[in-house]
Amino acid sequence: MTINEIQDELVEEFSMFTDWMEKYEYIIQLGKELPLIEEQYKIDDNLIKGCQSKVWLHADHQNNKVLFTADSDAIITKGLVSMVVRVLSDHSPAEIVQAELYFVDKIGLKEHLSVTRSNGLLSMIKQMKMYALALQSKVPNNQ
Amino acid sequence: MKNDTTIAPRYSFDIKKVRNDFPILSTTVHGKPLIYMDNGATSQKPWSVIRAIEHYYTSENSNVHRGVHFLSQQATDAFELSRKKVSLFINAKHDHEVIMTKGTTDSINLVANSYGRKFVKEGDSIIISTMEHHSNIVPWQLLCEEKGATLKVIPINQKGELLMDEFEKLLDDTVRLISVAWVSNSLGTINPVKEIIEMAHRRGIPVMLDAAQAVQHLSVDVQELDVDFLAFSGHKLYGPTGSGVLYGKEKWLDAMPPYQGGGEMIKTVSFAKTTYNELPFKFEAGTPNIEAGICISTGIDYINELGLENIQQYEHELLEYATPRLQEIEGLKIIGTAANKASVISFIVEGTHPSDIGIILDKLGIAVRTGHHCTQPLMDWYGIPGTVRASLAFYNTKEELDQLVAGVKKAVGMLV
Repeated sequence: MTINEIQDELVEEFSMFTDWMEKYEYIIQLGKELPLIEEQYKIDDNLIKGCQSKVWLHADHQNNKVLFTADSDAIITKGLVSMVVRVLSDHSPAEIVQAELYFVDKIGLKEHLSVTRSNGLLSMIKQMKMYALALQSKVPNNQ
Repeated sequence: MKNDTTIAPRYSFDIKKVRNDFPILSTTVHGKPLIYMDNGATSQKPWSVIRAIEHYYTSENSNVHRGVHFLSQQATDAFELSRKKVSLFINAKHDHEVIMTKGTTDSINLVANSYGRKFVKEGDSIIISTMEHHSNIVPWQLLCEEKGATLKVIPINQKGELLMDEFEKLLDDTVRLISVAWVSNSLGTINPVKEIIEMAHRRGIPVMLDAAQAVQHLSVDVQELDVDFLAFSGHKLYGPTGSGVLYGKEKWLDAMPPYQGGGEMIKTVSFAKTTYNELPFKFEAGTPNIEAGICISTGIDYINELGLENIQQYEHELLEYATPRLQEIEGLKIIGTAANKASVISFIVEGTHPSDIGIILDKLGIAVRTGHHCTQPLMDWYGIPGTVRASLAFYNTKEELDQLVAGVKKAVGMLV
């Protein structure tokens, strides 16, 4: 599935919910289901510190695919993180760099990407793109 | 609910009328009536303040202290009348002991820079406490780094009270200033400032109080306290943002060098030498935030009308109402249980993160603060990432507190 197909899938999943509570209950559930980052990677080097909550992000690179794992100390942030990971992980650096993340807005969760939330999510997305960009410049474009 | 209409309320203001004075309180958030409990961050503004700001720009706007024309005179008079009202509000001995600033942070930085530059040298020390806001930590750290001085910290107990015995041990010949919060923004603790000042003065050490969270809850008498410096913000006092006050005893302000240079703070300027203006203008370089400086006293007028004693009684009643009801929630722990507390309730709930609870309360129209409240060292001391903080004002109601309790229960139900 392409990045946009996954985004559309998420938008579809959320369209079933009629009110905010159902939506948040689903985010919380996603947060609880997110495979935890391996403890060895839950280190300060991988920490993205928001004012409100912390996010840990680890990236691996295999066969020109970037694999992200992540965690957060707050469950709603973790749910949001899991969605971003689902969208961006297992894609090529080029795809990640070019990705335009519209699903958060479409689902009606835009406020979570605002600066005042300061939950580390926005910084995490930046970090993911930076990582992909760094890899892209290293990997020759001949695959 | 118990019907307590038979019991005469101890406070004598009409809560419905009071709420009508604050237009924002009748707005909705996410389709729900706004329940505003983030007063520690900033308070809402009554119509009188909103109208005073409008009045300033529609009929008074002009620069102050520097024109002969009518409007300038009028703006200057309004600005100086405001200073007078602030002076009366805190019972300063002289109006020129009231310096108009941008806010508490600005006031503390002024003292750290000016008093610090003159009176603090290598080997000296400054005392603060564990529960300080970053704005009463960082300016002193900067000063200590620059001067080679030491920052000493008064420890606290689990309830969030200062350990006064330990404080006494910190008082030695190196201490040049003590700067502590009167009321803790994260915990609500009302510190025994009178005692602190007396103990410090016995050793000839001046004391600065960060009163940002105090002036809206307690009546202030700087002469009775005998405090040397006192800082607060207008926007937490139902006035505009960008307004603040530094009170300083005349003897200190006279002895201190100017903080910032510019217009208004000078008497004469030549390239060889500049002589400085007298108090308070020596510390008010540049065009001040005139509208905020004028309207800070409109907020004070409003409070004076309600009466700080009435406010204190009512807010205490809200605190006593909310505390046990919140404590009934399984896993909820109140952070800050000092015997003497202002209407601030900080809490955490086992198995949840403060930001998760804050997000769900927001969806219910309830505005609380979550996070470390700019008191990271304090949160580290408690070993928690932060708290959910409901900071109450006199326009909050018991019905709103019921909603808060229900909201927290709902959030916990979803999260745990």
